[in-house]
Amino acid sequence: MGAGRLGAPMERHGRASATSLSSAGEQAAGDPEGRRQEPLRRRASSASVPAVGASAEGTRRDRLGSYSGPTSVSRQRVESLRKKRPLFPWFGLDIGGTLVKLVYFEPKDITAEEEEEEVESLKSIRKYLTSNVAYGSTGIRDVHLELKDLTLCGRKGNLHFIRFPTHDMPAFIQMGRDKNFSSLHTVFCATGGGAYKFEQDFLTIGDLQLCKLDELDCLIKGILYIDSVGFNGRSQCYYFENPADSEKCQKLPFDLKNPYPLLLVNIGSGVSILAVYSKDNYKRVTGTSLGGGTFFGLCCLLTGCTTFEEALEMASRGDSTKVDKLVRDIYGGDYERFGLPGWAVASSFGNMMSKEKREAVSKEDLARATLITITNNIGSIARMCALNENINQVVFVGNFLRINTIAMRLLAYALDYWSKGQLKALFSEHEGYFGAVGALLELLKIP
Amino acid sequence: PDGCSVGHGPPGPLCPGPESCPVCVSFAGGSLTKLAYYSTVQHKVAKVRSFDHSGKDTEREHEPPYEISVQEEITARLHFIKFENTYIEACLDFIKDHLVNTETKVIQATGGGAYKFKDLIEEKLRLKVDKEDVMTCLIKGCNFVLKNIPHEAFVYQKDSDPEFRFQTNHPHIFPYLLVNIGSGVSIVKVETEDRFEWVGGSSIGGGTFWGLGALLTKTKKFDELLHLASRGQHSNVDMLVRDVYGGAHQTLGLSGNLIASSFGKSATADQEFSKEDMAKSLLHMISNDIGQLACLHARLHSLDRVYFGGFFIRGHPVTMRTITYSINFFSKGEVQALFLRHEGYLGAIGAFLKGAEQDNPNQYSWGENYAGSSGLMSASPELGPAQRARSGTFDLLEMDRLERPLVNLPLLLDPPSYVPDTVDLTDDALARKYWLTCFEEALDGVVKRAVASQPDSVDAAERAEKFRQKYWNKLQTLRQQPFAYGTLTVRSLLDTREHCLNEFNFPDPYSKVKQRENGVALRCFPGVVRSLDALGWEERQLALVKGLLAGNVFDWGAKAVSEPWLVDSYSEWLQRLKGPPHKCALIFADNSGIDIILGVFPFVRELLLRGTEVILACNSGPALNDVTHSESLIVAERIAGMDPVVHSALREERLLLVQTGSSSPCLDLSRLDKGLAALVRERGADLVVIEGMGRAVHTNYHAALRCESLKLAVIKNAWLAERLGGRLFSVIFKYEVPAE
Repeated sequence: MGAGRLGAPMERHGRASATSLSSAGEQAAGDPEGRRQEPLRRRASSASVPAVGASAEGTRRDRLGSYSGPTSVSRQRVESLRKKRPLFPWFGLDIGGTLVKLVYFEPKDITAEEEEEEVESLKSIRKYLTSNVAYGSTGIRDVHLELKDLTLCGRKGNLHFIRFPTHDMPAFIQMGRDKNFSSLHTVFCATGGGAYKFEQDFLTIGDLQLCKLDELDCLIKGILYIDSVGFNGRSQCYYFENPADSEKCQKLPFDLKNPYPLLLVNIGSGVSILAVYSKDNYKRVTGTSLGGGTFFGLCCLLTGCTTFEEALEMASRGDSTKVDKLVRDIYGGDYERFGLPGWAVASSFGNMMSKEKREAVSKEDLARATLITITNNIGSIARMCALNENINQVVFVGNFLRINTIAMRLLAYALDYWSKGQLKALFSEHEGYFGAVGALLELLKIP
Repeated sequence: PDGCSVGHGPPGPLCPGPESCPVCVSFAGGSLTKLAYYSTVQHKVAKVRSFDHSGKDTEREHEPPYEISVQEEITARLHFIKFENTYIEACLDFIKDHLVNTETKVIQATGGGAYKFKDLIEEKLRLKVDKEDVMTCLIKGCNFVLKNIPHEAFVYQKDSDPEFRFQTNHPHIFPYLLVNIGSGVSIVKVETEDRFEWVGGSSIGGGTFWGLGALLTKTKKFDELLHLASRGQHSNVDMLVRDVYGGAHQTLGLSGNLIASSFGKSATADQEFSKEDMAKSLLHMISNDIGQLACLHARLHSLDRVYFGGFFIRGHPVTMRTITYSINFFSKGEVQALFLRHEGYLGAIGAFLKGAEQDNPNQYSWGENYAGSSGLMSASPELGPAQRARSGTFDLLEMDRLERPLVNLPLLLDPPSYVPDTVDLTDDALARKYWLTCFEEALDGVVKRAVASQPDSVDAAERAEKFRQKYWNKLQTLRQQPFAYGTLTVRSLLDTREHCLNEFNFPDPYSKVKQRENGVALRCFPGVVRSLDALGWEERQLALVKGLLAGNVFDWGAKAVSEPWLVDSYSEWLQRLKGPPHKCALIFADNSGIDIILGVFPFVRELLLRGTEVILACNSGPALNDVTHSESLIVAERIAGMDPVVHSALREERLLLVQTGSSSPCLDLSRLDKGLAALVRERGADLVVIEGMGRAVHTNYHAALRCESLKLAVIKNAWLAERLGGRLFSVIFKYEVPAE
């Protein structure tokens, strides 16, 4: 299942507002550019998230549990530990509602001396992860995404991207126990809702202390970092030209040299939408529960499919206009009074009110309609947010977009059409892994 | 499910003659037909006329002061009926039978359904179908009800009893956002009567709920789907925050019940989901999505009034609840979700207005006829589906065209916040119970009075019985559903009674009583004025005020009012009278007979002598024993014959008699005759006198004005007196001066 990490769409509202009410120090005093009045969260100093500094050191396990201390104390500690690199292995973990995303840094500059000293369990992890492309029945390494010859904290190596379903989390923890992870004195930096949900299991079953990180902080950090290192010499960011035209449609690199302001739409099981004004200054604008989980969940119910890939494959062969009621189905053509084109969807699944039409559609048609419905809706909400926030660049990320060209092209087209060319839809090669990358960066204290 | 409204405009003036004339048929919501027609209603009106006294020196003792005649009058009425589409043929037959105006060639149709029924209509009625734009009709209809029906809009509050909170009519209805949830969603920004703009929409609407719901649950009907949804648990299908965060959501301050991913739990092959749970999840998904988009649009256009309509909403408490929740959540309380009592009729009303455009019904004011309209159905879930189904299948709305346009009293301090009624009986269960019983108990007397008022009529008893039945049923409906006609008040109970009496041709049961009492009082007038003039200034002022109060209850001179006065600012008033005279006083009169003749006129006379001009406002139509405008004209004429002060004041137009535009025993200062408002402005009225229980206690007790005001009444109801902290016949004398 590919619908990515949880977008945690609405629930952040309550939290963000509660935080800004209770801790004045987190609020931006005002808006330098006269944007919306809402307080922007200065995420860099966010106290709502357990400070990560304390756990950034792998050798001193006794400190790991004390990350709830005051930020200032953590900071001092960070200062004193800054020079020290954490011990291998280096992981970043993002436990979403549906998928777990794991990034693993494989050092390639291991000296003979290091090799000698490397404990057996560490070696076995490295070999296990790098020599396989699939783990168990559900774990998959996205080999095509591997970032080669990366320098992190002075070490050279490759960054690997691995995913597996969240419901296999217990097996993962069990594996950690079997492979005796705890003896490595390693730190698991984890983000996503599952970091909270599985914290106790990590501790009691795997004897592992999780360092929990704010998922939106990690997401932004991850995106900015990955964009800066590129994609093995290629551009990380891209867009579509002529998205509506199968013949002329082209995927083209986009240079995100002026990233701010940026609307970031993260489509996992649900959707989160963030307005990013600088590296440390962003706010969660809104979210929706109609996300990748909705697409896949409805597809399962409507078509009996079992995997995200299968759902997408069906969708690619279906015709949504048999399922949806279009403007032209109601008005015979364009609805000129309101400037609506005849091809626009007037009512998603609207034709399914009729018994005859219900009997005439295929599972493929239903899968396609579900995909179109969810995608259009996300595009529509994103466009309204962009208008309200006065932002023109919209970056769509999240595992819903994995191997999902139909959705990406539709987003690109819809955004362009309904904004009359005002808005640009951008995408990123490592679509669902930014949270995990951000968690890894936190481990390494890379700002 | 695509709405369709059909209407045809009458040629020339709006259907002259006492016939019914259908102007509009509307098919909407897939299963309901709305028939709208315009008719002229013939009904009896009591007219008063002075006797011709020429050739007579003096009138004889005991002769009535004027004559009463009952005449036929024709008023315009708009009728809206809705019923199930399956009766379409019967509906068209109905139209055909009533389509007396054969000059009509074209019928206006609007919306998708117009295509479906076009051939049938053209064949049956031999009329050409002219398609009208559905949104244009909808918006026209929306503007019309917002302007003409008090308490049209309401908010839905699931935990309060009743769940409806009606809004008082805002004098400025624009701009607003209309979110129409039909098969899809249209979001329209309405800026003026004629200017509106489609600002956005969504394909996820009622059709998605219905279509996707039918696929998921194999349930075919929209109402059944809603019923399924109302019994489901969405948390079995949706991925909630607590599913993602485990128990930690609490420590993080997150609400665990929020939906992280709609249908997120159904992404599995090895689990069955119940129909109810899936329907509920779907309902939440769609309602939340629509609410979110509506909020985003409201914010972009800086609008806080958002009205919801369309078949997805139409009287369904389940969807009103979820939409309200969503709007509150996404706007953090900044935007209110508003619903409309007559939402289902908007397209039909709009199509009618469009068809009748050359006559511009918008230049008139219209009033909801409580007798002819079935009210809003209860939203409480304990009401059986049968009861709800009835409301969905057959429903009526009647609007009477009022003779003159109604406007705000220019002297209201803050028109948007003005609420005429003192007690909201929808809110106040105790008061509601009391008043409903009170009106039930008074019904026998009213029936008797009605029969007695028409001694020569053979069917008076029969009609009176029908009236009793109708009003009794209305009272029972209101016991069950106090919100049926908007906010329930003593005023609405009184008005409903008047409407019901009118329906059965009892236009003025008190006409004879009023005639007799006016005659008696007129004969007393000279003596009363003489004795008042004999008093010293200060004594006279008190006597005048007591006269105003006393005329309200019992015979002049009786001194049974309860002392001390319950509300007493008389000394302030007296002090004020020692100062310069008011420029112009606006007086709202109450009863015929003693009250107007021996209470109000001596008071008016004193004001005139002080150099204050007087505008005396009386009801346009009869209500109880209240003095009507035409009666007041005769009374004034007769008094002028006896009293030179009144005589010269009338001649010099320092005393002006106007009509209020109302036929209610109460007073709504936001719906007054346009001519009255103009006169108030022109003369610079700086004192408003409101007398009587109906006008000064049941309504306007808390009304804030921009000028000085006197509110006077004797509480003639023991229960109310006690509630206000006094006894029966307690006196209210409320003199108010606006804050500087």
